[in-house]
Amino acid sequence: MNGLRSPGVPILRLGDVLVTGLLNELDDRAAIAFTEELTERISAEGARGVLIDISRLEIIDSFVARTLMELTTVARLLGARVIVAGMRPPVAITLVELGIELVGVETALNPEQGLAALGWRQAPQPLEGARRGTSR
Amino acid sequence: MALPGESTLASHGPKRPARAEGRRPPAPAAYPVRTEEDLLTVRHAVRAATVAVGFGLVDQTRVVTAASELARNAYVHGGGGTVSLDYPREPSGRRGLRLTVTDEGPGIADLEAALTDGFTTGAGLGHGLGGARRLMDEFTVRTGPGEGTVVVVTRWAVR
Repeated sequence: MNGLRSPGVPILRLGDVLVTGLLNELDDRAAIAFTEELTERISAEGARGVLIDISRLEIIDSFVARTLMELTTVARLLGARVIVAGMRPPVAITLVELGIELVGVETALNPEQGLAALGWRQAPQPLEGARRGTSR
Repeated sequence: MALPGESTLASHGPKRPARAEGRRPPAPAAYPVRTEEDLLTVRHAVRAATVAVGFGLVDQTRVVTAASELARNAYVHGGGGTVSLDYPREPSGRRGLRLTVTDEGPGIADLEAALTDGFTTGAGLGHGLGGARRLMDEFTVRTGPGEGTVVVVTRWAVR
């Protein structure tokens, strides 16, 4: 079994922000591989921010919570700010009852708001620019 | 063991009949927990069971999360074990899902401590056992040094 395989979600770069996500079936090996790959990319590409979409996670147990907290801390030590976006409402309710507050992990309702918090703004539609672009 | 939080636990959510009311419950089943893959298999089986019993989405999430915590405990601390599912029914007709998580590991020397948030002898967050107790309606544990551990938890369908 190849322990170094990526967990299957690509890590995209948008300027100085890395955008990625977690799959529902995160096991130990995948969690470690994901953390390693992400920290390598932060370091190699000088990323200042990381957006992690977790909308596919049907549950967050203490194992996944720990992975998110550690990943956030490692990224912060490398100078990057992590935002976890898209937690499902039942997952949020369950986490609180479980007694886990994901201390230190910044969250956003959805990836769009997470990206905005990391400095990305949805620009007004460049209608004129687009027209110019096509006419030239 | 009665907890301050348990009365509120039982009273959450809107009261409505279980969707699967009247349908025959699935047959009891047992799943080994020997590998990481087994943990995922258990999660899938428990998810399917919560749907069969008619739990809403939040209850499904609670029960699958509790199952994940307990199965991981058995895998990490108990050196592997078994998760059994069965479907108790109250005289009133209310249906439930019961998980019995068994391992033949070293057992838990200090159960009170193990139920305290933040207590861990492993690499987790120390919320597994106490968290599972809060997520379920009923919770019992039999354990002792050298005796392995049996955790039985039940969640009843809201109706």
